[in-house]
Amino acid sequence: MDLILNRYRNLTALVAAILVQLVLLAYQVKSNQEVRLIRVWAVSAVTPLARLLEGGRSGSVNFFRDYFVLLDVREQNKRLQTDLNRVQLENQVLRSELDTAERGKALSVFQEQSGMKTVAARIIGNSPGSNGRVVLIDRGTGSGIQPGMAVITPDGIVGKIVSSYPTASNLLLITDPAFAAGVLSQKNRVHGTLKGTGNSNVIVDYVQNEQNVEVGEWFYTAGDDRIFPKGLLAGTVTAVRPGRTVKEIFLSPSGLQHGLEDVLVILEGDHKPIPDLPPPNQTVHLQPLPPAEGGTGLAGDPTNAASPSANNPSNNASNNNGGAQTDLDREVQRTRRIGEDQKHVFGERGRGAPDFNKIPDNKVPDPGARPASASPPSQTPAATPPVNQPRQ
Amino acid sequence: MSDLSAGFSEPPRRTKVPKFKWVAIIGVPLAAILFQVYVPRFFTYLAYLEMPLLVTVYYSLRRRSPPFGVVFGMCIGLAQDSLSNHPLGMFGIAKTLVGYFAASVSQRFEGSSDLLRLMLAFFFFFFHQFFYWLLSRALLGEAVSFEPVQTLVLAVLNAAVAVPLFRILDKLDVTD
Repeated sequence: MDLILNRYRNLTALVAAILVQLVLLAYQVKSNQEVRLIRVWAVSAVTPLARLLEGGRSGSVNFFRDYFVLLDVREQNKRLQTDLNRVQLENQVLRSELDTAERGKALSVFQEQSGMKTVAARIIGNSPGSNGRVVLIDRGTGSGIQPGMAVITPDGIVGKIVSSYPTASNLLLITDPAFAAGVLSQKNRVHGTLKGTGNSNVIVDYVQNEQNVEVGEWFYTAGDDRIFPKGLLAGTVTAVRPGRTVKEIFLSPSGLQHGLEDVLVILEGDHKPIPDLPPPNQTVHLQPLPPAEGGTGLAGDPTNAASPSANNPSNNASNNNGGAQTDLDREVQRTRRIGEDQKHVFGERGRGAPDFNKIPDNKVPDPGARPASASPPSQTPAATPPVNQPRQ
Repeated sequence: MSDLSAGFSEPPRRTKVPKFKWVAIIGVPLAAILFQVYVPRFFTYLAYLEMPLLVTVYYSLRRRSPPFGVVFGMCIGLAQDSLSNHPLGMFGIAKTLVGYFAASVSQRFEGSSDLLRLMLAFFFFFFHQFFYWLLSRALLGEAVSFEPVQTLVLAVLNAAVAVPLFRILDKLDVTD
């Protein structure tokens, strides 16, 4: 026997290794239990390194971003040589800070308003393998997370925890084919089962052909799966067609539409009624803009900051009906007037640039002057109620 | 061309088996797994790069020992399984076979030829994906689809990455 084993040493090693793994596999499939110890070791080994990498990445990205922003400001200062750019820089910094803070703020506002006990987590890694729809989050059993807990964002449901370890957890996204949750349509109160398809869409299964579901209708969690509390947004219907026995309903998952970086894990859920109206987008309360220096500043409308155009400075400037809000906007208006005066078409190829030294005949408003339509700072409420603004 | 002919004709038994430090043997697979866990977050298309597989092929080819290839493939596959949502053993079995066959091939051919490495990386990627699909269907009963054309394209991409990667890993060889 020993002779045979020695002679076929290589093959014996292969067969032994495969057999061990087959037994391991069979045990897991039959008993429906996982070999937790090995997974804990692997996750514990990888999580600190992934955190270290993430810290290094975000640190270096922030450093370079800051560096280039400062470099850009320096060039602008040299070119324009006025205090206008200092205010412009402040605006840019504030806008970028607002952008950065918006997601976190929306998350914390939602966390406070939802009435549920949740814990915020960040996604730190993907599942290995190209076919996985499982991601790794940086919170584990140490934060009270357990398998089966629901994971959401202010926009809707995201998935559920499938395994949790001391420092991290595996999150099964709703787009994974193994995912399922009970859902209820808003308008016609149709019950169904939300399932992942492996791509960006999800489907609602087990809805009879006789039942009425319309395109654009919203689906909410039904709460009957004991995972998701009732009344959380699941998605909007993008297509409906009759099938053999049940309807084929395709949903665009609302929780994933703005990307996935920060999520909330529901520790203690709270069932809510399905609203009668379409879901409003998440409200974010923002303080009014600070007044400009020298007493000539404006207290901007806080709703502008939360509006979609706040994310796009150019839109914000061009769509401004009540006069320029910032020095940057006034500078844009001044540039446009110069262009119109010289009959220059901006963006046209081969036309070069207008002569900015020629002052147009009609008076250009002083960049420092306050527009007539703007409200004085004292009239602007110190704190305004939250406003609902569509995100898209 | 001379490199190619040498790679196919020279019996590898006459050449020395490369030696690696334990840090390299443990650190490189760990880095490969970390790469697959972390990098696709920011570069989605890099999810199709099977770094753990390429590392398995490389070490198995270089060490020329099928038992080493078996153990190495099994360990890296199980580690990959541990971080996925699938039962332990799926990647493990596939990579065990890859490690074994790669080491067996290296006993016949010199594993330092670029062309041979390219071909082996291509073949083993396809083999790995196909075997993983087979295991998913046969053992887990999952209705997953296998797309040969897409897999072939990915195999080419992985093979293209494998050649320079293996060159870099050659630097870790501490044989005198």
